[in-house]
Amino acid sequence: MGLSRRGFFHTLGVVGGGTLASATCARASSAGPQRDHSNDMGVLVDVTKCIGCRRCEYACQEAAGFDPPDIESFEDKSVFDEQRRPVARSHTVINRYSRPDGSGPVYNKFNCLHCLDPACASACLVSAFTKNDTGPVVYDPSRCMGCRYCMVACPFEIPTYDYDYPLTPQVRKCNLCAHRVPSEQELPACVKICPAEVMTYGRRGDLLELAHERIANNPDVYIDHIYGEHEAGGTSWMWISNVPFEEIGFHKVDSKAPPRRTEAIQHGVFKNFLPPLMWYGLLGAAMWLTRPEKNDESKEGDQHAEVQS
Amino acid sequence: MSAHHHPPQPMNQKLITPGVLVLLILTGIGVCFAIWRFIFGIGSITNLDNQHPWGIWIAIDVATGVALAAGGFTTAALAHIFHREHYHAVVRPALLTAMLGYTFVGLGLMIDLGRFYNIWHPIVPAMWSGHSVLFEVGLCVMCYLTVLYIEFLPIVCERLEKEERWPRVRVFCMKLNGLVGRIMFFFIIAGVVLSCLHQSSLGNLMVLAPSKMHDLWDTPILSLLFLLSAFAVGFPMVIVESMVASRSFKLKPEMHILSPLAKFVPVLLGIYLGFKVGDLAVRDKLSLIGEGSPQATMFVVEMVFGVIAPFIMLLFARVRKSPTGLFIAALMIVLGVALNRINVFLVAFQPLYPQKTYFPSIGEVAVTVGLISLLIFCYRVIVNYFPVISHPGQARAT
Repeated sequence: MGLSRRGFFHTLGVVGGGTLASATCARASSAGPQRDHSNDMGVLVDVTKCIGCRRCEYACQEAAGFDPPDIESFEDKSVFDEQRRPVARSHTVINRYSRPDGSGPVYNKFNCLHCLDPACASACLVSAFTKNDTGPVVYDPSRCMGCRYCMVACPFEIPTYDYDYPLTPQVRKCNLCAHRVPSEQELPACVKICPAEVMTYGRRGDLLELAHERIANNPDVYIDHIYGEHEAGGTSWMWISNVPFEEIGFHKVDSKAPPRRTEAIQHGVFKNFLPPLMWYGLLGAAMWLTRPEKNDESKEGDQHAEVQS
Repeated sequence: MSAHHHPPQPMNQKLITPGVLVLLILTGIGVCFAIWRFIFGIGSITNLDNQHPWGIWIAIDVATGVALAAGGFTTAALAHIFHREHYHAVVRPALLTAMLGYTFVGLGLMIDLGRFYNIWHPIVPAMWSGHSVLFEVGLCVMCYLTVLYIEFLPIVCERLEKEERWPRVRVFCMKLNGLVGRIMFFFIIAGVVLSCLHQSSLGNLMVLAPSKMHDLWDTPILSLLFLLSAFAVGFPMVIVESMVASRSFKLKPEMHILSPLAKFVPVLLGIYLGFKVGDLAVRDKLSLIGEGSPQATMFVVEMVFGVIAPFIMLLFARVRKSPTGLFIAALMIVLGVALNRINVFLVAFQPLYPQKTYFPSIGEVAVTVGLISLLIFCYRVIVNYFPVISHPGQARAT
């Protein structure tokens, strides 16, 4: 090798400095320990009260600027024949479930749960998703690359996509009306329009208290489970119900937030950038130690060795 | 050493053959569908939906593409870092494959990304998100692609140094080649480190979606398994390519290099197999193999034909020394790792609220086939005009 030992280590040093500098930035942008969320704004859904009028679907489409059809058309009950999911033009949907014992239908509302430790935000490589200080998980299309990893990551399968937009597709989901509820006095569109007072908008800590109280006061009505209290590390939207959540379209979700899984691995591998640097150093040492002794003078670096011989 | 007596040379053969024409036609079909996508949107030619945000463009074009480009860093480590000079002859073809492979990963992404024009966003510090697995993958791939282009510079320089029509270019290339040669060690090590980082992180991607992953593949050590399988598939990919290239250029397969290279494979593949089985055992999921689901079947195919069978085959010197035996075993490993990536990203991925099952559309297949065809065509063009392949039988051809 035409390279002196000093040059070799000098270059290593320069690289090291550069990587350490970027390591500092990487640490600064990592999520870190979770803050206290009891003051975040959220919603408590009481599915026992829902009458399936679908006015919230109308209000949501209107609030999102999608020009919904007449509100009367939302009275069409035939949509309940199948289980629907939120779509790009409708960020909330009501589904109907029949109970095994044949007593009246149960309606459940689906939309973004606004996780406290959102997997979409951890997934996004350009920080297009962020958890606001006030609670909503919001999306910034100007940053988005359209990779759809957020959709892969979401433990509730909520984000949807403009698959038919060739140039400016967006990831679409409920944003808790963050664009129109800047103050805490105003209500999200679905909460505001609901004629049955299914939803309560408030601070997460207060909502949890309210939910526990309602369950404790009516133990024969409610099952003892607040969906969203612990699911995926806790969510800003929470549900109480008179039927098990598995029967009304919710899945069992682990209480450990998904990002805690990947970020533990990733931040371990990149701890202060030491492991990659050590790996670099080890390989560098191996390269130096295994260099062919005899041919040292005749060869000018590895690439030239091939040419000259 | 034999390899050193035959410096890499351009193949200088006829470029357009019937096989090349087929490649160009397939490329053309893919380009038509790609144009369609840019006019009418991803939804118009794919079977992707809100439940299946990723299809074969991610599983094959990106994930498999990255895995099969592993020959680049594994041979670089072997020949340049551990100085096994005997294997120098396979470094350049492997480097070319990696360079083209990663370039096409980028091209494939441009088609799959909804807002492809924002592909550069991860390099903007204001948008950095150090907790995103995909950010790490993206940044490492960008850096590694740059490293690969730099590693490829000497090949371009050597070619242009011989270009008598452009004396100034010749002088410039000679100087550039000398300069790059002196600092090349830095990029070679960086290439290996960057490869290890993103090959493993690619597996970590799906660790973020535990509720949707089938238990056979849902393991926190998925990143380690991805890294070990990348180590294991590097040399087999080099072997397959070298033998296909030899055949295509009507040369004898370079068994004097490939047979000894194959000796490393059972070791690397054995380590991967051990971790794969051990992972299932530790998670107590071995019984799932017999559950009879499509996922279990795909897992068995992946393991038996892609790992266990070629592992046993390559333990025998007779197989390693037989061109046919070696080719079949190496190809099985390559297809096995490809199937593993498809399994992890598509087969294991089970939506919570499936409305239909995903199967790639004609448009998706056409684009993927088109990209692979174009890649092979570019490979052929470059080895034809640039000094990539060193082969004893080549003197005849030039």
